[in-house]
Amino acid sequence: MSSDSTEKESQTLTGWYELFSRGSRDWLRHNEKIREAVRQHLPQIVAGSDIINDGSRTVKVPVRMLEHYRFRLLASGESQGVGQGKAKPGDTLGQASPASGPGQKGAGGRDGGGTELLLEFKVDDVIEWLWEDLKLPNLHPRVGPSDETEWKREGWDRRGARSRLDRRRSMKESVKRRALDANSPTFTDEDLRFRQLNRRRQPTLRAVVFFLLDVSGSMSERDRQLSKTFFFWVAAGLRREYHFVDIVFVAHTTDAFEFSEADFFKVTGSGGTVASTGFAKVREIMQARFDPATYNVYMFYASDGDNAADDRAQAGSELESIAKVVRYSGYVEISAGARSTQSETIQLFQAVEAAGLPCSRHSITGPDDVVAAVRHFFTLESKASAQADNTGVGP
Amino acid sequence: MKPDWRSHVPQIEDLARKLGLDFSPVIFEAVPDSFMTEIAVYGLPVRMPHWSFGARYIYQLLQRHMGYSRLFEVVFPGNPGRAYLASSNGLADNVLVTAHVLGHADFSKNNLLFRRCQDQGSAHIIEHAASHARQIERDIESYGFNAVEQVLDAALSLEQYVDLDKPLRREHYPEYVADKPLPPDDAFRSRFATLDAAAESAPTSRKLRAPLPPHPERDLLWFIATYAPEMESWERDIFLAVREESFYFYPVFSTQIMNEGWASYWHARLLREADFIPQATYLDAIKCHSDVVRPVATGEQVALSINPYHLGFTLWEEIVKKSGIESARQIMREDDDFSFLRNHLTREIATEMGLFRYQRQQNGPVKVVAADIEELHESLLLEKYNFGAPRVSVSEVRADGTLVLQHDNQLDGRGLDPERSRKVLEYVKRVWRRPVLLKTVDAAASAVELSADSAATA
Repeated sequence: MSSDSTEKESQTLTGWYELFSRGSRDWLRHNEKIREAVRQHLPQIVAGSDIINDGSRTVKVPVRMLEHYRFRLLASGESQGVGQGKAKPGDTLGQASPASGPGQKGAGGRDGGGTELLLEFKVDDVIEWLWEDLKLPNLHPRVGPSDETEWKREGWDRRGARSRLDRRRSMKESVKRRALDANSPTFTDEDLRFRQLNRRRQPTLRAVVFFLLDVSGSMSERDRQLSKTFFFWVAAGLRREYHFVDIVFVAHTTDAFEFSEADFFKVTGSGGTVASTGFAKVREIMQARFDPATYNVYMFYASDGDNAADDRAQAGSELESIAKVVRYSGYVEISAGARSTQSETIQLFQAVEAAGLPCSRHSITGPDDVVAAVRHFFTLESKASAQADNTGVGP
Repeated sequence: MKPDWRSHVPQIEDLARKLGLDFSPVIFEAVPDSFMTEIAVYGLPVRMPHWSFGARYIYQLLQRHMGYSRLFEVVFPGNPGRAYLASSNGLADNVLVTAHVLGHADFSKNNLLFRRCQDQGSAHIIEHAASHARQIERDIESYGFNAVEQVLDAALSLEQYVDLDKPLRREHYPEYVADKPLPPDDAFRSRFATLDAAAESAPTSRKLRAPLPPHPERDLLWFIATYAPEMESWERDIFLAVREESFYFYPVFSTQIMNEGWASYWHARLLREADFIPQATYLDAIKCHSDVVRPVATGEQVALSINPYHLGFTLWEEIVKKSGIESARQIMREDDDFSFLRNHLTREIATEMGLFRYQRQQNGPVKVVAADIEELHESLLLEKYNFGAPRVSVSEVRADGTLVLQHDNQLDGRGLDPERSRKVLEYVKRVWRRPVLLKTVDAAASAVELSADSAATA
């Protein structure tokens, strides 16, 4: 073969590899696999709580490159090899890094070492993974003043917009007509059928979720961060799943205040813990703006459980009056570890539970528990709905 | 526009033929660096997609960014051969690379191992690999990405388990045990045959089904593709495709030192004798040559690795000096790295090159140890046995379809890494679709049986 034809051949080939990189394609697939693998480590991603404060839409997680496994010998305590240079038997060398010769070409190929990557995850993706199969418990339709209307497809007409032409039905009409009269044209305007839209009234789903946070002095910075992380992911998930949900943010020490969302995630406080003030505030807002007769009401309370002992009776009755009207109430206890005795607040919620009202508790002892807590509260529906039907306020 | 290196190609080819090189025509092609990296990672210009290549690709890109390695060329044997040259090579680089490529082309046309594999079809490996890749793309369309990836996970992780001593297209094992020929004069038997009752109970020649496999089988890819109880035919084809590519990779892998040394010897020699090359180009090319065959450590330095180009080049120079080019060609035809190093890396050369053997305790300092020349050979070759993989073979398929693999820990010196092995077994189990077992030893050298099931929770 002369080099002329060589020339021609390579000319025709030139370029395709500039349009397409197999390496990049397979690299993207590798990253996709990593993402799948990382999903298994959701707790760690969710615990990266700095996203609450800096408001970024992504989370960065360090991950190892995936290994394509092969049979490999057990790592033995000692390795050996051949080196080259000025050295004689008996010498002890430092940790010289193995250099590789220039211009080497790879044969069958070995695996690239243990390089770490920093992968970026969209917060939206994380929410999606986290909220798979999660729901607000006991959600019931509430017929309120502002019924939603929705356009629904309904029936056919001979006139309509071109985009809603139903070809299948039009064809049927044509076939029917031609069955009666074999000589008629294949298609006439009379055969055309268009899908119609109709406005339908729909029962409204309306819901409000109260986030009540204890920011008293006994809650350490870490405790607050954990509870805010919990609230952050709950809020993000609720917003994604339900466009009609209102969220109300309340924090309390010995007194309670309502906050905007941004302020809520920054709030700090000091002083004692009087849970009844928080519950009272929730009830007050509820009565003023969110009538339980027209709203599905939920309350989640996060605290370290150290309520003032002399507040017990007051808090108990406040909580009970809330628990009676809400669809569901949840208590997240933030603790450093297992306690020997039941905390004040747990006893309050136990009383509510004993009364058969829909509520539940979960404790968070570290960042990895946040996901479990979110899952705990939002997969309860089937369990709790039976109770709710008995006790809840009917529509 | 770069000065055209192609104008020198015919001249270098003529000179090479005059000096006795015997090669098939080579098609030269200049390609971008990113494509060079891909060829190096995939081993072939077009190859099946798999995520593990992607990981290696990025790793290579990083390495290149940090300036650790640079690729000048990749050659594929065949008739015609194909050489890909990095388009970033300078004129002088390419003159050198052309000569180097011709060295490789000579080697791959004449070396016995290469020839054996080329007779099996690896002469057309580029086309075959491209058609495998195309077929796998079609499989992805028909059966879905995940199903195909699962098969590739298994097949590629067993990439090294082929048996080069058997043909690429292998026959099935005989289904029945061959009848033992009767002893010629068996007095008892002939007397027994005369008895009346014997006529009825005379054994109708009952055929005995042969055990599967009849002997330990190290060609895992072939065995699984052939005997997996419930594999789809397209899955078997993927296994056989990977196997065929391994048949091509094996000679490249097991003659690396010789082959690179041979090509380096010839590019140096052709360059020296090429009077048509302008002086400036020649000087640049010689500089490039000395970079390629430079020892890793120079002067007072010490390195814990060797440059195979340097080692191979030094050995060939020595052989040609001592016994002439004809016997060098003879060696080139008949050896592979094992025999090449054992026969020709002498104590004197090793000393001159400053080769030494070292050992390192875990996280401890590196100790240079005394080694006679045989130990040095074995140390260099250790990574090359069995395609660089632990020796694992099929020992048995049980009645329930369980695949039993046996690791030869005696020969390998120790057991297998259990975690990794379980992962591999998991890959295999997905295509074998019956339990898969692996017998090896643990760190304390007592026998263990690994199975995919025990790690199935992952």
